[in-house]
Amino acid sequence: MSQPYTTIIGLEVHVQLATASKLFCRCSTTFGAPPNTHTCPVCIGMPGALPVMNRRALELAMKTAVALNCDIPRFTKWDRKQYYYPDLPKGYQISQYDLPMSQDGFLAIEDPKGEFEPKRVGIIRAHLEEDAGKSMHDEAAGTADSQIDLNRTGTPLLEIVSQPDLRSPLEAKTFLTELRLLLTYLNVSDCNMQEGSLRVDANVNLHIDTDAGQVATPIVEVKNMNSFRAVERALAYEAERQYEVWQETGQKLGDVPKQTRGWDDADGVTRGQRHKEESSDYRYFPDPDLVPVVFSPEEVDRVRAALGELPAVLRERLAREYDITPYDADVLVNQGRGVVDYFVRVAERSGDGKQASNWVQRDVLRAMKEQSVSIDALPITPDSLAELIRAAGQGKLDSSRARDVFAQMLSERQSMDEAVAALGIAQVDESELVALCRELLAANPQIVEDIKQGKTKAAGALVGQAKKQNPNVNPARVMELCVELAGQM
Amino acid sequence: MTMALVDLTAREHLARLTAGELTSVELTTAYLDQIERYDESVGSFLHVPRDQVLERAAQVDHRRQRGETIGALGGLPVAVKDVLCTRDMPTTCGSRMLEHFQSPYDASVVERLLAADAVILGKTNMDEFAMGSSTENSAFGPTRNPWALDRTPGGSSGGAATCIAARMAPLSIGTDTGGSIRQPAGLCGVVGLKPTYGRVSRYGLVAFASSFDQVGPITRDVADAALMLETLAGHDPRDSTSIERPVPAYSQSVERPLTGLRLGIVKEHYGPGLDGQVEQAVRAAIDVYRKLGAEVREVSIPHGRYGVATYYVIAPSEASSNLARYDGAHYGYRTDQAEMTAALSRERAGLEAAGDTAAADALDAPLVRMYRRTRAEGFGPEVKRRIMLGTYALSAGYYDAYYLKAAKVRRLIRQDYEQAFQQVDLIAGPVTPSPAFKLGELVDDPLSMYLLDLYTVSANLAGIPAISLPCGLTDDGLPIGLQLQAPHFEEERLLRGAHMYQHETDWHTRKPPLL
Repeated sequence: MSQPYTTIIGLEVHVQLATASKLFCRCSTTFGAPPNTHTCPVCIGMPGALPVMNRRALELAMKTAVALNCDIPRFTKWDRKQYYYPDLPKGYQISQYDLPMSQDGFLAIEDPKGEFEPKRVGIIRAHLEEDAGKSMHDEAAGTADSQIDLNRTGTPLLEIVSQPDLRSPLEAKTFLTELRLLLTYLNVSDCNMQEGSLRVDANVNLHIDTDAGQVATPIVEVKNMNSFRAVERALAYEAERQYEVWQETGQKLGDVPKQTRGWDDADGVTRGQRHKEESSDYRYFPDPDLVPVVFSPEEVDRVRAALGELPAVLRERLAREYDITPYDADVLVNQGRGVVDYFVRVAERSGDGKQASNWVQRDVLRAMKEQSVSIDALPITPDSLAELIRAAGQGKLDSSRARDVFAQMLSERQSMDEAVAALGIAQVDESELVALCRELLAANPQIVEDIKQGKTKAAGALVGQAKKQNPNVNPARVMELCVELAGQM
Repeated sequence: MTMALVDLTAREHLARLTAGELTSVELTTAYLDQIERYDESVGSFLHVPRDQVLERAAQVDHRRQRGETIGALGGLPVAVKDVLCTRDMPTTCGSRMLEHFQSPYDASVVERLLAADAVILGKTNMDEFAMGSSTENSAFGPTRNPWALDRTPGGSSGGAATCIAARMAPLSIGTDTGGSIRQPAGLCGVVGLKPTYGRVSRYGLVAFASSFDQVGPITRDVADAALMLETLAGHDPRDSTSIERPVPAYSQSVERPLTGLRLGIVKEHYGPGLDGQVEQAVRAAIDVYRKLGAEVREVSIPHGRYGVATYYVIAPSEASSNLARYDGAHYGYRTDQAEMTAALSRERAGLEAAGDTAAADALDAPLVRMYRRTRAEGFGPEVKRRIMLGTYALSAGYYDAYYLKAAKVRRLIRQDYEQAFQQVDLIAGPVTPSPAFKLGELVDDPLSMYLLDLYTVSANLAGIPAISLPCGLTDDGLPIGLQLQAPHFEEERLLRGAHMYQHETDWHTRKPPLL
């Protein structure tokens, strides 16, 4: 069903940066420690304690901002965002307000299945801030019993705000997938949504075409989406909901205050969150405990130079240099830098990019999944796989035997030669093969007859028999020989 | 009155301690006895753990007797303003909010004092969270001026200044945000130094207004201030605003007079509002410099007249943010929750009985009510006033007109000083427009109280070092202070210039009649 509206989506992504210590103190950022053990006077806001910026967090943030094609202003500063909540022990969050460390970038996205046109999604800004703690509410009984864990308080977050350039839930999901991939390539975050190291909020509304021109519905902020799939579902739901509400009420942008809705994944709906009694005024002002940060253009250049090859460029290069399809390049690049490096090595050593791509996508990825290991821990080195591909290419192994060898190499951690020997695979002598084919033809006159009448496919029946007698025979060669010999009979 | 041990300066004590003529226990006991005798009437101290203090003194003595290397303040008692965190004494900031608060760590300056083998004598009284100019805003009662017990000692470091004036400590440290070291020092006839912003670490100084707060010494004379600053000053990696710069040996150079001194007097300083006797004393002090060969020049700080207004926008803005953490959730005072919950239930029941469900729904959530009550009960009126001022100045729609405007004026004042210091080496003037006023006199007149900071706030706005030293007594026998200001990081020049004056005069040796 074609919809009479366009969905307008902007995303706000919070990324926990993979630093060893917090943004303004030396406490560990490790996830899962007992509550309130990774804390100190600074991150729990004790009287008199002062923040000192973690340089490493700034480096990771800058790396990300540069990779997102952002401008890095020469001067940036820290501001206090003030509100009261028990998981914010200072009563303010140290963040960046009017002079963020980066702005005006973009991230290019493309759907491999071509469901939308490739596009650049604008990045309004990316700025650093400290995370708050975690509140755990027990509201079951009327006597609310809340507990606070301040381990997360002060963990560095990069807030990335996109332009409202996304036009469908699929585009939003693709943007997030591409962003996560980029962050993974940059090694700046582990992007674990379950542990909260990547959090997404969305702003969404509709532009509806009516006879009286285009109408915009009120913007809704959607929160509480805990996976990319949830983002996609929540946005699809929200678009439909807004359309229905518009049909019922005719409410337009500006008619009602901006609403915040939470996604309920189990019920598959968004629900309005309680209105705050007063509109929030965060009373931002420059944090007098911290000094402004000044970047030189040389520093930015150094960061840029050290970025390495990023996914978009890499996809193009793999397709070009290794003669694989853009789709295959996409699958490989999406697996992360480790798999790409593995593939490149296999392709280089085997001299066959297509086969390397097939083997990596099919067998290597499956093996990684089955053994739940990372590419670095896979028992089969790229050089061994290249050797196997070469052997298969030279006809020394047929494809099914090659995969047997691969399985043997994987399970027994053997080299190709060892695996071949262990499986008893030996090259079959041509005269031996000729003798075997003659024998089989002699025993099957009907098949000889069929072949003679041009039904060469009939020879296929003999391949199975040949393999039964000698598992090492090359099926293709058996076919060829049988056809040739039958003709002579 | 005969010369008692407690009448000697810290440097004189140190010489005797080093020579083995005096032990830290003897010295500390003498001051503890002095506290017992006078502090009931003066009220300098909030906390004096006598046994703990003497134990520490004995340790220093023991180490000295064993021939170990002893720090620069080896065995000298030091009083610490109760806004500096101490691990083994309470840190109340003069507030009910932190009445039972125990800091888990020592402030950097406290660490430095301990590393220099000082003996921390106790914690001194102050205006709540250092907000005030009279020490009347302490939740634990006011401090009285030893020169006239019915008068204020000034503030906020009232306890820190009076304990020096009443010979209850040889050395003390205070903090100065808008004059809180210099003003009480001036009103109590002692020496108070506010260093350059960034010279002394603020780590562990409970923040009032972070971009102004500085820790500094309050002492009997300038040489003692030099000795003390040498220990306090220096870079601290835990304070991002502390500056990495070598610390001169102030105590070595302090007695060397400045030659060819160009002394500035600010023409805007002498106008209506300045008490005649204060003006006379300050002019007489400047004449002393003339006699010493200084060239006196008039300079202008044209934007200085906006100093108090600028300060009372920026400082409360920062305070409103710095004090947000006192909400009862994590530490410090919290309202009686059972009582609060009961009150909420009563209110709800009443409203519902009256059929006013809208009002019942609009009642505070328990958390919000806890915040409100905790802060209403835990803070005193002056702190609340400044939190409200600052919250207002930072609010959407007012920020540009107040905070941002004030920040710009602040820069202009700083530039005024930079220009003035191209013509002169030091600037001399009054510390306060008038001598110590009566307790209670200005409690209901906050604006007049704020205007007392007229001569001191400029140094905080500009971030420059300034010192207050005794330069006379009024007809009623109240001390008058002389303020000297120097360019950024010129504490050495400031101390040498101040010492020149003390060398020629004896105001700093006068004792309050109480003693």
